[in-house]
Amino acid sequence: MLATSGMMALALTACSSSGGKQTTEAASAPASAAGTPTMTVAFITHAAPGDTFWDLVRKGAEAAAAKGNIKLEYQADPDGANQANLVQTAIDKKVDGIAVTLAKPDAMKANVEKALKGGVPVVALNGGIDQWKSMGVLEYFGQDEKIAGEAAGARLKQDGAKKALCVIQEQGHVGLEARCDGTKASFPDTEKIYVTGTDMPSVQAAITSKLQQDSSIDRVLTLGAPFALTAVKSVKDASSSAKVVTFDTNKELVTAIKNGQVEWAVDQQPFLQGYLAVDSLWLYKTNGNVIGGGQATLTGPAFIDKTNVAAVEQFAASGTR
Amino acid sequence: MTAAVTEPGRAEAALDDRVATRSLAVRMLRRPEIGSLVGAIVIFALFMLVAVPFRNVANIGTILYGASAIGIMAVPVALLMIGGEFDLSAGVAVTTAGLSASLLAWNFGLNVWVGVILALALALGVGAFNGWLLFKTGLPSFLVTLGTFFVLQGVNLGVTRLLTGNVATADISDMDGFTSAQAVFGSEIALGPVTLKVTVLYWVVLTVVAAHVLLRRQVGNWIFAVGGDAAAARAIGVPVRATKIGLFMAVGFCAWLSGMHLLFQFNTVQSGEGVGKEFIFIIAAVIGGCLLTGGYGSVVGASIGALIFGMTQLGINYAGWNPDWFKAFLGVMLLLATIVNVYVKRKADLR
Repeated sequence: MLATSGMMALALTACSSSGGKQTTEAASAPASAAGTPTMTVAFITHAAPGDTFWDLVRKGAEAAAAKGNIKLEYQADPDGANQANLVQTAIDKKVDGIAVTLAKPDAMKANVEKALKGGVPVVALNGGIDQWKSMGVLEYFGQDEKIAGEAAGARLKQDGAKKALCVIQEQGHVGLEARCDGTKASFPDTEKIYVTGTDMPSVQAAITSKLQQDSSIDRVLTLGAPFALTAVKSVKDASSSAKVVTFDTNKELVTAIKNGQVEWAVDQQPFLQGYLAVDSLWLYKTNGNVIGGGQATLTGPAFIDKTNVAAVEQFAASGTR
Repeated sequence: MTAAVTEPGRAEAALDDRVATRSLAVRMLRRPEIGSLVGAIVIFALFMLVAVPFRNVANIGTILYGASAIGIMAVPVALLMIGGEFDLSAGVAVTTAGLSASLLAWNFGLNVWVGVILALALALGVGAFNGWLLFKTGLPSFLVTLGTFFVLQGVNLGVTRLLTGNVATADISDMDGFTSAQAVFGSEIALGPVTLKVTVLYWVVLTVVAAHVLLRRQVGNWIFAVGGDAAAARAIGVPVRATKIGLFMAVGFCAWLSGMHLLFQFNTVQSGEGVGKEFIFIIAAVIGGCLLTGGYGSVVGASIGALIFGMTQLGINYAGWNPDWFKAFLGVMLLLATIVNVYVKRKADLR
């Protein structure tokens, strides 16, 4: 049956008349080269391979690098010790600045301090809002996960939600736990569930089964855009009337908000985090500026919902929101 | 190809004590899948007792979906293990199949079905490559497929970013052929109150076909022979190389089937997915009675193993247990199932 229907489709036409790369000629990231002197920046994150969130961070960093004529060396490793080693290699290569995420601050501490002692400016982004200052890091760009969680909880309360399910896609991830804890702080009827983020069918089945088990759940809160899109399917599978809300966005999620499949997303502006981290090192080198004046620069939480999704949509299409 | 390898001894004197008749009960207990069957019944009874939603007939569809996602791959992985080999690349090969179908169709503006068929060729190719390299190098399959595991993981990420500039594929749901492909790989069938995903159907069909081939066809005897003792098998004329390469390609085929479901169920595929799933497939096969050393095992058992995994994973949710302990519960359940399995088998063997 499979083969015959496949052949039939093939016989009709081998080419698609709609969609595909040809119709998605994306606009390039907002960046243009400047004639300023070159510097080298090492950009070292804890991104897991294949996570759409980090695409946006990286694009922000690349945009700032292109604008400032900076040579960007992007590296990532989710393992704390390995990420710390990448900082060491950056020191060895004598880069002019290091932007780093501090999701596992204890592992990173020694090498970050070594870089600073050696005169290499270090800025932090995305993770480590409680630790960056004590390590002597110059600046921090990101959202406070606890505050973002509280904002999500407050919004749930305002929406008149009764019970929320907070879906954690990586067990033991401090930032994700903080989001759910923050949500629980301002919206007490929040329950956590752990799913395997690298295995979508199991994510879908797990959320479905939880919704079937507890019919009082009327909001599913996911902590990443791909999981929100999967949760939409789970809600349908479980014949639940729960609404889906999420942290973080990607192109498909912006469309889902527009279609009303997802109610809202907490946006921490990952593009901005990457952009500011690289640009701040350039400003520090060329003009001695420190963004935030010794305080963390918060890039979120902002909400994207039906009322403002149109403004975000055009940027999401080119992969920068 | 006519040299049938029949079970040794059967045609000889029935008085030989090696082939003495045993009672039906003992013969039943000696089946490799019996342990997993007992384990499945125990786990089923446990969750029926503690989890109220587990008793709801309509939720069977969810449990079977969770099990089928594992089962589709556990079947060929079990065959491969009976044939004496491993495939550590089986988890990421699923992602590779999904990615390549999507990327090929999207990048060249092809009908989605063309991408689907090219992905099939690629998945079979990866399987054949694993098998070929095994014989070419003489290395254990553990090392060969560990290599392919890393290569595929890197290629998945690298090629996806190269083509799309992102780490996930673009949405291809507006392209020609998507709707019909989705009907084949991602549809649902309503049976009364139960909604079954099409993967459940594929899983059952695969199990029946593979079990038939393994137990009733010559190829099945070849698989047991090459897993038991490859040198002896070769000596009596079993095409060892072709059998093993074929088994790797069977894994490739099922990886393609799973990958197509992944693509057409979720429209986009994230390139980092699938890592770690190879162990789940192997665990399902081991629970189902496959030996890590080859030459012994059962396809039906592997499917029951997948069912145990699905029931446990979702049963914990249905029971509403503290999620902090999720992985620990899962591990204990799996260990218990395996221990029951080994215990029953040993008891039966002593008779």
